[in-house]
Amino acid sequence: MLNYIIRRLFYAIPILIGVNLITFTLFFVVNTPDDMARMQLGIKRVTPDAIIKWKQERGYDKPLLFNEGEQGLAQLTRTIFFEKSVAMFAFRFGRADDGRDIAYEIKSRMMPSLAIALPVFVLGLGVYVVFALTMVFFRATYVDFWGVVLCVALMSISSLFYIIAGQFLISKLWHLVPISGYGQHMDVAKFLVLPVIIGVASSAGANTRWYRTLFLEEMGKDYVRTARAKGLAESIVLFRHVLRNALIPILTGAVVVIPLLFLGSLIAESFFGIPGLGSYTIDAINSQDFAVVRAMVFLGSLLYIVGLILTDISYTLVDPRIRLE
Amino acid sequence: MVLKTQFKYLMLLLAIFVCACSGNPWNNPYPAKDAGGNILYSAFAERPKHLDPVQSYSSNEILFTAQIYEPPLQYHYLKRPFTLIPFAAARMPETIYLDRNGTRLPQNADAEQIAYTIYEIPIKQGIRYQPHPAFARDEQGEFRYHHLPEEELAKIHKLNDFAHTGSRELAAEDYVFQIKRLAHPRLHSPIFGLMSDYIVGLKEYSMILQTAAAARLDEQRVDTYLDLKNFPLEGAEVVDTYTYRVKIKGKYPQFMYWLAMPFFAPIPWEVERFYSQKGLAEKNITLDWYPVGTGPYMLSENDPNRVMILEKNPNYHGETYPSEGMPDDIEEGLLADAGKPLPFIDKVIYSRERESIPRWNKFLQGYYDASNIGSDSFDQAVQLSGQGEATVSDEMKEQGIRLETAVATSTNYMGFNMLDPVVGGVGKHGREAARKLRQAISIAVDYEEYVSIFANGRGVPAQGPIAPGIAGHREGKEGINPVVYDWENGRPQRKPIEAARALLAEAGYPGGMDVKTGAPLVLYFDVTARGAEDKASLDWMRKQFQKLNIQLVVRSTDYNRFQDKIRKGNAQIFEWGWNADYPDPENFLFLLHGPQQKVGEEGENASNYSNPEYDRLFERMKNMENGPQRQKIIDSMVSILRHDAPWLWGYHPRDYGLYHAWYGNVKPNRLSNNNVKYWRIDASLREQKRREWNKPVLWPVGLALIVLVAGLFPALVVYRRKERGMGIQGSVPGANEFGNLNA
Repeated sequence: MLNYIIRRLFYAIPILIGVNLITFTLFFVVNTPDDMARMQLGIKRVTPDAIIKWKQERGYDKPLLFNEGEQGLAQLTRTIFFEKSVAMFAFRFGRADDGRDIAYEIKSRMMPSLAIALPVFVLGLGVYVVFALTMVFFRATYVDFWGVVLCVALMSISSLFYIIAGQFLISKLWHLVPISGYGQHMDVAKFLVLPVIIGVASSAGANTRWYRTLFLEEMGKDYVRTARAKGLAESIVLFRHVLRNALIPILTGAVVVIPLLFLGSLIAESFFGIPGLGSYTIDAINSQDFAVVRAMVFLGSLLYIVGLILTDISYTLVDPRIRLE
Repeated sequence: MVLKTQFKYLMLLLAIFVCACSGNPWNNPYPAKDAGGNILYSAFAERPKHLDPVQSYSSNEILFTAQIYEPPLQYHYLKRPFTLIPFAAARMPETIYLDRNGTRLPQNADAEQIAYTIYEIPIKQGIRYQPHPAFARDEQGEFRYHHLPEEELAKIHKLNDFAHTGSRELAAEDYVFQIKRLAHPRLHSPIFGLMSDYIVGLKEYSMILQTAAAARLDEQRVDTYLDLKNFPLEGAEVVDTYTYRVKIKGKYPQFMYWLAMPFFAPIPWEVERFYSQKGLAEKNITLDWYPVGTGPYMLSENDPNRVMILEKNPNYHGETYPSEGMPDDIEEGLLADAGKPLPFIDKVIYSRERESIPRWNKFLQGYYDASNIGSDSFDQAVQLSGQGEATVSDEMKEQGIRLETAVATSTNYMGFNMLDPVVGGVGKHGREAARKLRQAISIAVDYEEYVSIFANGRGVPAQGPIAPGIAGHREGKEGINPVVYDWENGRPQRKPIEAARALLAEAGYPGGMDVKTGAPLVLYFDVTARGAEDKASLDWMRKQFQKLNIQLVVRSTDYNRFQDKIRKGNAQIFEWGWNADYPDPENFLFLLHGPQQKVGEEGENASNYSNPEYDRLFERMKNMENGPQRQKIIDSMVSILRHDAPWLWGYHPRDYGLYHAWYGNVKPNRLSNNNVKYWRIDASLREQKRREWNKPVLWPVGLALIVLVAGLFPALVVYRRKERGMGIQGSVPGANEFGNLNA
């Protein structure tokens, strides 16, 4: 298994380089280094000299991908792409365009993101599985039928609506929790209630339906018939046999997102005033801060790769027949 | 261990219970300990990029820096038109005019004779800086934290990790030090370009510093601190401990306004030395993050992702609330605190609120003390009387919320690119035709309607470039733009569309058709990419041009490309705006000054307008003191502009602000930013209203529980029946078959 993991990690390198190259190209197609300088220096009274100086200081005065003024390998290495990318592979994210340390920001914003994403993930998984199993238990009854209708209805609503409606009802009308904000220490809890409820509710429709389909597929298999024939109670059949065997597709979807939980949610963090990494990315895109956008995309792709490896490992844990070689 | 965890949860439950029983609203986003505190609660949407006064320029940055730093001058809080008064200065600066030989000239000397102006600025004695580790000294009198070893640095993560702080008295050298910082090669002061044209030697000083900084890098010194004290600047010098001089080229009366901005606030060298230590910047411990000033407040918490907190500076030297103001101020209670010591508020909590909906709702719940009005909440907040006067809606009135309005010292206009052959014209006849075309469009585009539909009436249609409240602006009949308006029944009346059509025909486009080609006239409106919500305003604009049978094509592009088009002169018609830096007509009229063209000069004249007569008058006007002679020149200049119509003058926005009943001493304006010290909060009233407005509504929770139980009960019954049913099914025919499989 170790060999397999090492091999997968090596495969990750070209993927990361590719992602980095695509991010770089897309970003600089839309924003030139001059645009970035103007954005940082402000709109009023920006002189050409100030722009040149800003670019020189941050290394944006070089060619993007190929330096014709250099010889040999330096034609590739003395470029913005190379200089900005190499450091990142050593996890040196450098400074944001406003001069602030990116690693420091990531460290300080990781916890708020996780404080929402983790409960949403864990609670959500539990709730969706229970709901799906309940619908399967009552399959072909009105509970199942109306359950599916409810799921389709929930799926049809935009996540933004959940946020606005949740804030309106729970915070504005009923005054039960703060509308937005984030606290310190014990105070954090009251700010998490609403985003967690909304986070779980907004994905309930799609996930419950998906899990229900997985469980139903398992229900039709021979071993379930066998278990029933043995006289096992339906609840034992569902929770001990069906659930365990349906775990592989559930894990495929769930484990891969675990590392990404650190990156937070773009919209929810913005609406709930959570100082996490999702809002950091949004801010960076709005302010054309390439250093931050690049770091966040790199981190996202890296964590995604880690998630995929973890998924593979988790297969071996839930299904002893699978070997990673 | 288990007991410890259980104890923790017990405490948490207890805390929730206490919170629920204490009467503190459940939805209160602030800690219970702050309840009833003399605290102002506000919000900010965008995190400030810079808090170093040499760099900060945006309004969301000055919001903080203006409370922390003390430039020599400030604007009188209540007087209008805006009046400069001393802030850290002991009195208004003495202005000395010199000729080329250095001979002193009289105060009424002709501007052309004046080669240099010296501003001699005395500062108040006894002003002290806020407590800061940069000033901390050990028992031997040495600075504790100026040469931190690596192991010490490793223990530092934020400014509060320094155990000791110190302070010292403000000195004139701190102001000189800051002026030198405008040219620092590492810092990017947005006003360096402008100031290097005026402050004697500043441009050369920048080159000297660049060379010195490069030399330090070449020598590969670990400590790259550039001590500006070792580099004298001719244009800024210390006279004595409490007096300094700034020497500028020629006469530039507007320089006094710059002295009221944080760019000219004092920075002590100790602070620059302290922050320059390697390793601190990696932890975001920089002057750009932790400002150090002598003003009424200091930044005690800087987490721009969540909250920024200003607290009273314990070393503040004190100041009193103004005793004079405008006649209405007494009636509005703005002079009730006259002579009382400032600041009134102990602490200001600015919470990061990116979205307008939560911000607005928190204001209505009493968790923000003031709010602006978004277009989506306008109808809920404001109602217009029969006379068109805006007042708060009944719902707001019930909550005790009041509305304060002020015309902003800014202008939103639609510009024509004068380099464009169609709207700018080529050759004498072409330019004349283009002028008539622009005048026709000026009449056709109905800004009264625009303000009414798209700005909810929050704006004043402009008659020229100068905003109301600025010297040079004229009200009434003599202030109207005669190209676009007639004076009828005591108010300006837009000319009929026939007048515009006649002008269009004279321009060579009768009925909107080009006489030369016979093709319909097509014009291009360059805008930044907009969402669906702006479609209505673009359609409206098309309709305005359609009145003249002109086809308007909207060219939408992203913000960067739009800026690029303007810089290169590739746009034809565009929308733009300007917020005044200071209350002087020069700050508006320079936007159409020829040498300030965008194309080629990288100036602020986005229309690339150039008129030699206008430019000549501008040169005369800019150095004059306000008075009848200056007004006469301004009138001539504005008249030229109206005739040439390089802009559709658009409108001057009117700021609407909502304030709760407990918020006092508010007189809104956009120019003086150090206003927090004047404001007052009735914290007990706020506390009472918050409790009243935010009582938790518990029936939905009960209902949810009932629904849950009601749903669970039949499910449980069915479950039990089903579980039992399985056993019975085991004995029915077919069971043997399963049994066989089992076997």
